[in-house]
Amino acid sequence: MMRAMGLMLLCSLLFALAACGERAQVVNYKQGTYQGKPDTPPYQNPPFNGDKAAWERELATRAQAQNEYKRTH
Amino acid sequence: MARMKFLCDAERCIECNGCVTACKQENDVPWGVNRRRVVTINDGVPGERSISVACMHCSDAPCMAVCPVDCFYHTEEGVVLHDKDLCIGCGYCFYACPFGAPQFPQQGAFGVRGKMDKCTFCAGGPEKDNSPEEFAKYGRNRLAEGKLPACAEMCSTKALLAGDGEVISVIYRQRVTLRAARGTRSGPPWGWDSAYGPATQAGAPAQPPGPAPAAQGGKS
Repeated sequence: MMRAMGLMLLCSLLFALAACGERAQVVNYKQGTYQGKPDTPPYQNPPFNGDKAAWERELATRAQAQNEYKRTH
Repeated sequence: MARMKFLCDAERCIECNGCVTACKQENDVPWGVNRRRVVTINDGVPGERSISVACMHCSDAPCMAVCPVDCFYHTEEGVVLHDKDLCIGCGYCFYACPFGAPQFPQQGAFGVRGKMDKCTFCAGGPEKDNSPEEFAKYGRNRLAEGKLPACAEMCSTKALLAGDGEVISVIYRQRVTLRAARGTRSGPPWGWDSAYGPATQAGAPAQPPGPAPAAQGGKS
């Protein structure tokens, strides 16, 4: 009886951990066979100087400027 | 951040070509090359629709697949760019692209074809950001300045949206929801429903006065 319960507990633990092995389902861009010069990320140089979070905030703010429902109401 | 995308709202585009002009001016695009253009279907016929088209920055870009010198690359934001120093102007990408995005500067009908030029999502290319070299080859790098592409930011009716795909899809969804709430089909006319006068029946715009319009035909 104890053995069966232990087995069940083990199975449930394995089931609970199954999601931990799930990979992120987003596109992972690879440079492939690109032969040209390397390019720097857009936030690398001034005015952002490598601050990716600030760059993303700036773009998010500007993106909302395209939403006139938010601008006018 | 997800990935950069363009989204054109055909219900709003009025074929003003402001996006085309903004792109040419912002990037100093040479004569004869159009990185962006407005395509109109059923031009002059009630219910016509226009859409602004440029490079769609595909995830699995066919231009990248067919390039014999491998001059294309994806940035981490999903923008498809290319190295003009490597491009040989063969034109394979033009044939592969379903949107006709790759453009080639050319002198005369039988002139020498130059290196490929296309929409960069205002993200420049593989040169130092906002350097004169980058501007001369690829145009302005607005993304590095924390700005969105000029075509979308200049769009008068905000038909053309650009930016993080998740953000602009939320903006578009909100619009569609509001249109439905206002009842464009059964309620007061809005957008294209009012473009040619009041609707004669639910969903059908009135025929314009005067002679019947010419046969349907597309215009780009």
